[in-house]
Amino acid sequence: MEKEEMISMLEKMIRIRKFEERVVDLFAKGKIPGFVHSYIGEEAVAVGACSVLKDNDFITSTHRGHGHLIAKGGNLNYMMAELYGKKTGYCKGKGGSMHIADLDLGILGANGIVGAGLPIAIGSGLSIKVRGTDQVTVCFFGDGASNRGTFHESLNVASIWKLPVVFMNENNHYAISFSQKKSMAIPNISDRATAYGIPGLTVDGNDVIAVYEAVKEAVKRARNGEGPTLIEAKTYRYRGHFEGDPTTYRSREEVEDWKKKDPINVFEDKLLARDFITKKEIEDIEKEVVDEVEETVKFAEESPYPNPEETLEDVYA
Amino acid sequence: MMRKISYLMAVNEALSEEMARDKNVVLFGEDVGIFGGCFGVTQGLFNKFGSERIKDTPISETAIIGLAVGSAATGIRPVAELMFMDFAGVAMDEILNQAAKMRYMFGGKAKLPLVIRMPYGAGISAAAQHSQSLEAWFTHIPGLKVVMPSTPYDVKGLLKSSIRDDNPVIFLEHKVLYGASGEVPEDEYLIPLGKGDIKKEGKDVTVVATGMMVHKALEAASNLEGEGISVEVIDPRTLVPLDEGIIINSVKKTGRVVITHEAPKRSGFGAEISAIIAEKAFPYLKKGIVRICGKDTPVPFSPPLEQFYIPQTQDIINGIKYVMG
Repeated sequence: MEKEEMISMLEKMIRIRKFEERVVDLFAKGKIPGFVHSYIGEEAVAVGACSVLKDNDFITSTHRGHGHLIAKGGNLNYMMAELYGKKTGYCKGKGGSMHIADLDLGILGANGIVGAGLPIAIGSGLSIKVRGTDQVTVCFFGDGASNRGTFHESLNVASIWKLPVVFMNENNHYAISFSQKKSMAIPNISDRATAYGIPGLTVDGNDVIAVYEAVKEAVKRARNGEGPTLIEAKTYRYRGHFEGDPTTYRSREEVEDWKKKDPINVFEDKLLARDFITKKEIEDIEKEVVDEVEETVKFAEESPYPNPEETLEDVYA
Repeated sequence: MMRKISYLMAVNEALSEEMARDKNVVLFGEDVGIFGGCFGVTQGLFNKFGSERIKDTPISETAIIGLAVGSAATGIRPVAELMFMDFAGVAMDEILNQAAKMRYMFGGKAKLPLVIRMPYGAGISAAAQHSQSLEAWFTHIPGLKVVMPSTPYDVKGLLKSSIRDDNPVIFLEHKVLYGASGEVPEDEYLIPLGKGDIKKEGKDVTVVATGMMVHKALEAASNLEGEGISVEVIDPRTLVPLDEGIIINSVKKTGRVVITHEAPKRSGFGAEISAIIAEKAFPYLKKGIVRICGKDTPVPFSPPLEQFYIPQTQDIINGIKYVMG
């Protein structure tokens, strides 16, 4: 991989981190209504996977979707404005955090229903086949979603029809409070690929290059008409399931252990060791990104709310 | 004289014509391929359009509707079949939370041109899990359109319009009506969604009927002609959007209303029609509104039980006589 590409990936990871840190802060201050599910700690998965994709490729996202949207090129101003419920937001204030979409960038939406992205992803795969393009869909979903029927039905259909879909499992080990160890009797979610006759592999979800390489191979298979792949990226969310979650279900030690493997620190160390970047350059990126995020806050706060009557619009085409 | 074909073949023709017209129309569901569908509706289409456009799915209703949502959002026009309407429960999240809401949640930026065909209705001893009329579930979900045709002519013209519509359409086909024959022109025609039809003009009483009940209402009207009662039978044809005007105008003329549907009375669509009439034409009513509907029970299996469950022509006659009294 080129040095420039790696630095761009680092920059995206930092952009997600800084955006999410600011969102957490704004939520605590009561500026953002509703729920917020922070992506902090999982940045390597979104960035590793989306860095393989072209603009016209599709992704389906989850309730924890901010990272996916940023990694796929989403506009930060429109995102922040949507979180605020403003008219200038991605969804004109009708969706909020869990429903941001950008169809021009192939982002088929975050989703408030766990596991609902999988059947939509196979639908986009069918559409790709019918239209005869070489697009692919990367379908993000969590460990909790892999216990839903949608997971099983979607992997099976994608397999028998050889749909160009990469099932990108983000195993952050907890479905709210219920740990993966207790919610399934197998160690690796990727083991389930065997049941559908498709390749399944587990990668270090805190290693952006490992995610990138695995997705690159899976995307190549998909574009060649060889069908879907299930990739499990083991990672961790630093924050609770939602902002305000007391996280009584996991130990402080466990959290600290994962923070030692922080995806951004790990990647920075790699790039520093190879002299691809200097500490000063990293600081410059951070500063630039923080400024960029502050601009989004300004944009959101200065934007108007939608008119109440707009409630009635956009129900039907 | 115009040719007559069955309701089933009218559906088949609509599918075939739309697939021939637009290569982005794709059909999928359980046993819709070489088998031709559980009721035979898709017969011949597999040979005509091939396995890339007529796709057999596993028994995975959730995946079927998800396929429709994801493919419609990304540029094609899927027609998904649920073998029986009763199976919609299996796929309800994909209908309720995905198909119906995607456009709205995304601030109007998505288009979902998809049709979900669902055979429904009682009358063949298919018992409680294969006989329901669940239209009211779907009319209560903003973002869906709900179409419920009663004749071969209507089913063809409305299905073609539904496939061309840019919104999710729940398309209901009464399984007992599949064998019904009626006049259908050879030339292409479309029926717009949201336009009701006066199936029979009359001046004394308005009967608003849906699906199978349209035919029973017409039979009741014909029986009552000898007694000098002139019945107007209105078929809304699409429940969402609903042609309120055709109903209100008729009520203003007659001042008497009977509403009939096969679904259970409680919270059925008849309650909605009744409320609309009460809100918009109350001063014209000469008598209270009467609803003749299915019983508030699951649909029973044994023929005498099932026939007791389903509203009969005589029940409609009794309702009409009551409002005339």
